Amino acid sequence: MSIQPPLITPEIRQAIGVESEPRTHEVEKGAIRRFAEAIEDPNPLYTDEVAARRSPYGGITAPPTFLRSLAPGPAPSPVRAELGRRLDGGSEWEYFEPVRPGDRITVTGRLVDASERTGSVGRMLLLTNELRYVNQFGQLVAVQRNTLILY
Amino acid sequence: MASHNAPYWEDVREGAELPPLVKRPTTQQLVRYAGASGDYYQVHYDTAFAQAQGLPGVILHGALKNAFLGQLVTDWIGAGGRLKRLSCQYRKMDVPGDTLTCRGVVTKKSRQGALYLVKCDVWLENGKGEKTTWGSATVSLPSRAEPPRSP
Repeated sequence: MSIQPPLITPEIRQAIGVESEPRTHEVEKGAIRRFAEAIEDPNPLYTDEVAARRSPYGGITAPPTFLRSLAPGPAPSPVRAELGRRLDGGSEWEYFEPVRPGDRITVTGRLVDASERTGSVGRMLLLTNELRYVNQFGQLVAVQRNTLILY
Repeated sequence: MASHNAPYWEDVREGAELPPLVKRPTTQQLVRYAGASGDYYQVHYDTAFAQAQGLPGVILHGALKNAFLGQLVTDWIGAGGRLKRLSCQYRKMDVPGDTLTCRGVVTKKSRQGALYLVKCDVWLENGKGEKTTWGSATVSLPSRAEPPRSP
């Protein structure tokens, strides 16, 4: 039996808590529509200006997971190259404000947790990134904690 | 469709099931989702690449399943409720061509300040009836005790 080196390297530990560069995206009405069409969600709140105007939202808003299409700015990757395979492990979202066409959303990410586990695919490195979405009014719109599985 | 009004908090009971949502994802939907979300990882549209990664073939984006579970909840709460939290873990892979059923059950009702909250377990079943993805959602609903507020 050989002793395998830990997957959580000092580089990964040092990367925990370091913020990515911010990246600002303008939310386009067409992008919301294309996202709603891609997930095949016919909710009129996402595409129908008349129905959305009459709703409590007062206008078109984006589906809850639309923010997946807005990436944060670059961050240094501390992960070793031999972990070449990856899977999305899951997401936890908290929502505070609606996302509307014309919003400018600034996204920052940071690694908040790293753990190691052995599963059906062998040894896995689990990295949890926290993404924060802030609109042009300085309001926190949503927080996503996303776990990436590397193996 | 979410054009109906939200259920009132008082009318929701713990243990009640959310109306199920059936989804039939295709390879075309995976390509559209890749484009709409910006997630171009090849395991979602390139069969040879996916098989070289040890997968049976192309698989659904976890975040697409997250979007399905979001729709399950937003269809239920309509325009009058608000999604506050949504989480899910992708525990088994799902493949295009399968019929997926999103389900949910109310687990807890609570009040937090002026908010009337409902927590649900949500999950996704594949065509064999296996749970592949699960998590929870928290929504706020209108109350018969409070006048309607705009979001």
